Amino acid sequence: MEIDQEQSHQPRIVIPGDIINEATEKNITLGPGLRQEGEHIVATKAGILKHLSPGKWWIESNQKRYIASTGESVVGRISVRLTEYYRVNIGTAHSAILPALAFEGATKRNKPNLAVGDLVYCRVAMANRDMEAELECVNPATGKADGFGGLKGGFVIKCSLGLCRRLLDPTTMILRLLGEHFPFEMAVGMNGCVWINSNTVKDTIMLANAIQNSEYLDDDECKTMVQGLLAKA
Amino acid sequence: MVKATKPSSNEREFVLAALKEKRRVDGRGIYDVRSVQITFGADYGQVEIQLGRTRVAAKVSAKVERPRNDKPTEGMLFFNTEISPMACPTFDSGSRSEEEVLISRIIEKSLRRSRAIDTEGLCIVAGEKVWEIRVDLHFLDHDGNLVDCAGIAAITALSHFRRPDVTVVGEEVTIHPIDQRNPVPLSIHHIPICVSFAFFDEGQFLVVDPNYLEERVKKGDMTVTMNIHKEICALSKAGGIPLEMDQVLRCSQIALIKVTETTEQIQKALETDKAARKSKSSGAK
Repeated sequence: MEIDQEQSHQPRIVIPGDIINEATEKNITLGPGLRQEGEHIVATKAGILKHLSPGKWWIESNQKRYIASTGESVVGRISVRLTEYYRVNIGTAHSAILPALAFEGATKRNKPNLAVGDLVYCRVAMANRDMEAELECVNPATGKADGFGGLKGGFVIKCSLGLCRRLLDPTTMILRLLGEHFPFEMAVGMNGCVWINSNTVKDTIMLANAIQNSEYLDDDECKTMVQGLLAKA
Repeated sequence: MVKATKPSSNEREFVLAALKEKRRVDGRGIYDVRSVQITFGADYGQVEIQLGRTRVAAKVSAKVERPRNDKPTEGMLFFNTEISPMACPTFDSGSRSEEEVLISRIIEKSLRRSRAIDTEGLCIVAGEKVWEIRVDLHFLDHDGNLVDCAGIAAITALSHFRRPDVTVVGEEVTIHPIDQRNPVPLSIHHIPICVSFAFFDEGQFLVVDPNYLEERVKKGDMTVTMNIHKEICALSKAGGIPLEMDQVLRCSQIALIKVTETTEQIQKALETDKAARKSKSSGAK
């Protein structure tokens, strides 16, 4: 998604309660962190105000606690296995529900066999603040798995939501640098969980630590860190 | 209270696979302890210890009290180790969990039973007035191995603390305020340091200084408290898988090396802080 960098104003850092005066278009779409209160648009999160013309405004913030919202992909851990569905821990206040039939090609006779403690990569099918979130392991548009489902092997790390969003872009500096030297696969959950797997245990450990440490490093520092890791390897 | 979540089977298998290659998930070797960072506060007896991402802050205070009836010539030493949900959401602020009780017992055994602090030196007037030293431990962040971090914090804070000077003339006791006479350090016989081990897979693998994930995957654990004079002050092995005798001996040998390194670090930090305070007070004058 190309962000329109020709903003008429400097990137503005807002805190909850700030009134947004810059949104002057007639039709405005409010993204995360913004709310309409009477006449004004008010920020409800601390972060940087972002704008995509025409009329899309949102706040980019960073936090560690995940709140489920529809359409996002998450990495969850199965905590209870029941006949009709699984209870999955995705880091929200309540556990989420993954119906046993929400898999590609699943029928009543042919259900997937996931055990308690397994990791799954799934999509939030429905989330609102009054109910437990519902997950599915199938792409609703195509009906195919598309990468969703159980995750075998590998290692999982916890990171902030901001880092997860950056990792979703495969051209992020840290991923580009690591991808040049190591073959690995990764499943990024928007709930702050990232699953990484590569050929050897040593490589997986190095990748996991590199990604976790890269959160506050800029591009040059990332390069230095990766070079340091390669020298040690 | 938030229920502690078990780690996923992927994480558990990965930790064991890494240990088979003598690696740990945060990149350390199996005998590597995380780096210890010591930060002193403005007052004497205030210290914050960081062991990797685990943080514990200690504060020492002294009060004059009546001694215990059965020990009229000894001062008193109290340790307050309440773990709040600030360290980890799985801890309850009211009731004490098993883990909290274990940590509290290990700290008490290591520092009080081992007679690290000279309690007879805390007596002012036998049977009437003694010093009551209180160590408050605040657990700020839990990334594994709270025991070791708390132990280092407690003994460093006690070594750093200065109590008000006292003169006893006959029956008259004068406690000099800190600004009138220089406060006096506590009499510390030795510096006990706790070193914790975690065991995996029927005792085949051991690690020193487990982090949060390793603590949840471990099958057994043991804490050895030693000082640099090769004296074992306390040994705690509460449950978990049984160990062979040579494993226990090997752990105590590893602990000795770690204790020597840590004691050196504490001494250096205390010296640096003393020099900084001296230069600050002479510079101010």
